[in-house]
Amino acid sequence: MTLRRMIPMWIAVIGGFVMLLSAFVRPIEGIGENFADAFNVIAAIAVALGAGSLLKVNLSKISRREAGWGFAGVILITFAITLIVGLLKIGVHPSHDFPAALFSGKQETADSPFGWLYEYAMVPLTSTMFALLAFYVASAAFRAFRAKNVEAVLLLVTAFIVLLGRTFAGVVLTGWLPDWASGLRFENLSVYVMQVFNTAGNRAIIIGIALGVAATSLRILLGVDRSWMGGGDSA
Amino acid sequence: MNLLKVLDAIDRRWVFLWMGLAVAVPILWIGLTGRTFPETPTPAARAVYEAIDSLPTGSLVLFAFDYDPASSGELQPMSTSLLRQCAAKGHRIVCIALWPLGGNLAQETITNVIREDYPNMREGVDFVNLGYQAGNEGVMKVALTDFIKAFPVDSRGQAASKIEMLRGVKRVSDFPLLINVSAGYPGNKEWIQYVITSSEGKMKMVAGCTGVQAPQMYPYYPAQLAGLLGAIKGAAEYESLVNQSIGGIAPPKYLEAQRRMAPQLFGHLLMVLLIIVGNIIFFANKRGDLR
Amino acid sequence: MNRQRITWLVIGLIFVAMLVARATTGQGIGRVYVKREQIALAQVALAGAAATSAQAVQPLPVGAGVKSEISNSANNAFIPADNQAWESVPLAKATRAWVEWNQVPPKEYFVAQATDPTQTQIVLSWPRTIGLWLAAFFTLAIFSFLYADNIFYKFAEATVIGVSAGYWMVIGFWDTLIPKLFGALTPEYVMQLVQPTLQPTPMSQKISMWFALILGVMMLWRLAPRGGWIAAWPLAFIVGVTAGLKIVSHVESDLMAQTVASMKPVVQLVPAVAGGTDWYASIWATLANALVLVGVICTLVYFLFSVQHKGVVGATARVGVWYLMITFGAAFGFTVMGRIALLAARFEFLFDDWLWLIDPNHLRS
Repeated sequence: MTLRRMIPMWIAVIGGFVMLLSAFVRPIEGIGENFADAFNVIAAIAVALGAGSLLKVNLSKISRREAGWGFAGVILITFAITLIVGLLKIGVHPSHDFPAALFSGKQETADSPFGWLYEYAMVPLTSTMFALLAFYVASAAFRAFRAKNVEAVLLLVTAFIVLLGRTFAGVVLTGWLPDWASGLRFENLSVYVMQVFNTAGNRAIIIGIALGVAATSLRILLGVDRSWMGGGDSA
Repeated sequence: MNLLKVLDAIDRRWVFLWMGLAVAVPILWIGLTGRTFPETPTPAARAVYEAIDSLPTGSLVLFAFDYDPASSGELQPMSTSLLRQCAAKGHRIVCIALWPLGGNLAQETITNVIREDYPNMREGVDFVNLGYQAGNEGVMKVALTDFIKAFPVDSRGQAASKIEMLRGVKRVSDFPLLINVSAGYPGNKEWIQYVITSSEGKMKMVAGCTGVQAPQMYPYYPAQLAGLLGAIKGAAEYESLVNQSIGGIAPPKYLEAQRRMAPQLFGHLLMVLLIIVGNIIFFANKRGDLR
Repeated sequence: MNRQRITWLVIGLIFVAMLVARATTGQGIGRVYVKREQIALAQVALAGAAATSAQAVQPLPVGAGVKSEISNSANNAFIPADNQAWESVPLAKATRAWVEWNQVPPKEYFVAQATDPTQTQIVLSWPRTIGLWLAAFFTLAIFSFLYADNIFYKFAEATVIGVSAGYWMVIGFWDTLIPKLFGALTPEYVMQLVQPTLQPTPMSQKISMWFALILGVMMLWRLAPRGGWIAAWPLAFIVGVTAGLKIVSHVESDLMAQTVASMKPVVQLVPAVAGGTDWYASIWATLANALVLVGVICTLVYFLFSVQHKGVVGATARVGVWYLMITFGAAFGFTVMGRIALLAARFEFLFDDWLWLIDPNHLRS
């Protein structure tokens, strides 16, 4: 293994073991906290990587006049405006408790251009993007949900129980059932489905994921798995 | 059969329109009439209420706002009612956030609930907003051993070490109860993984989460989670519990989740209908009835 | 003109007609009002022991008002050298003053105008009103994608990409780099300009911040045409730290605690409210425990892909698949609930905040 690959491997191994041991060995708890802080700072600096990539792709689109280059211009202009008003805290008043500290105010203050962009551009756009999924779920349910076999029937019946049981429809449809059969009312059935069957299924998934995380983390900590370095390198 | 043929060939945009109407019309109706459907709390929602109610008056409660305005449609009603119950019970509330806009949402909730309805509560003595702290699980790890180091200042920039209600708080397990409302990462799961499980029973947690996360949180209830509010339905159940216990006519801001159950009802009915019709068409096609 | 264009035109005309009709009837349509608040501050000297010691810790007076508790420099470990704190004062005596405009419900404006039509404390906010209409435009632009891809959707999409990228950079800078990195390496400037109550940083943290800065700069090398391999070092640190952090939490919380939670009594007796045993509830609770245990084991067996799913293993795995199908059905139901709630929130914004068709929170009456 070349030095170029060995050094990162040892950095990963040492960083990982310090974090692992800091959970058990009190004297190195502080080092673990410092490593976590360093991690966050590196992650914050890494956001600049994303911004750099955004600039690179869109500038090249504009310079080559590719299809949709106008929208690339919109991306860059909105990015630049947001960055400038946010980084310089333009229009942000200082905190009432420390007015002499010019940048003590919060950048998301409603009065400021950055706050305006957040409230009237980012929030409605991101919320509506998420809300679009409701329509696609309906369309997918109509086109793709087919009771082709036992498993599909189980899935659909459960979906019906949860969809009806978690609304007033469940009360209307099965509220007439007598008390001795109250367990079959949709609202009670949906609770039972969630607390028994869903719990069992998700618990197994959680345990499986935990085993997978433990195995993969151990492989990284022991330097066995180096695929994250690229080059398909692992023992 | 003609109807099935038409539905089989239907453009999906008609389905989008039906979904839009199924949600929009009930919102208009509820908005104009102000009526809501009655709610019967499930055990998980009732457990949240009882976890807060069973604490002695004046207990310290840590309230983590781990969501942003994009998810506030589902989660803000929960936060409002949770803060209301804590304030009504006289608990001392410490608000924190691990999402950047969580601190602002905490402040808005404090303004809407505490400043308007509980004006005798004093900032720094009965409640405080420590704001957002960057670091995700790193912050939780630090809070395990040194809470003030994890949250060194409040949202106004004041040193947390000098705030009266935080005197004597050394680590996060000094809070008997954690309330976490979250929309994803970091959120419910991370608090359970890094804080609750290692607190060895000293600290209880109740959680509110979105519909997408809720099924994944049920395995943690009741062993690691004392109570769970799943999606807008959980919020509506809990809201009705709190409104009943406090009594009187609830102001509209405490009925938000219950208002949103009307579009849920019709949206869900439409989904069920679409699935049934889709399957009828599928079996009709299989039999060759639609050729 | 083709059919799609005609459809768009008709929809657009109907929409504009409805908007005009709404704007000219009743209270009108989406407007945002703000209240003027004059902020005037000056430094005042502290009284008593707190003025003599920067580290003095004074108990807060019972029943003290909000401002004096928070502005009280006895709470501030880093009070200025002249032992003074900032307090609200009349404008003429202020050394720092500015005007803030805070949003208020429209009914406050209506009441203020009815009381005094010449008042100027609560006014229409043009920037926020334009913002509100822009938010409505963006919402409708995104929804327009449901009909067909179009220029408005593409514009909205480009805007969200640009604003989101800028937003996360600004958050990373002010909420992480400034307090943690610059707060450790250049604390005097951070205290003077951003956070006067910055806590002193121990040497070990300063060293780790230098380390983070160096690794962070190495990370940016990925953008350079040559020497991109340098970025492998900070990446290694991130991978290693994540692995070390996750292994403990996942094993303790998700593996051990969940396994313990599955181990319930074979026979669960539920005490009755009036004393004794509630046999009906006990039967159901026992059945539930058994179903959970069987479900967890069968689903875990399904995930054992290194063993052939035949015979007993195959039958067990099949039961596991049934449990998984029920799990996915429940997940689907809850996902639908979540998405519809978000859609309902957007419609509420359009009908309440923008079109003023409904007023569930009584903000206008």
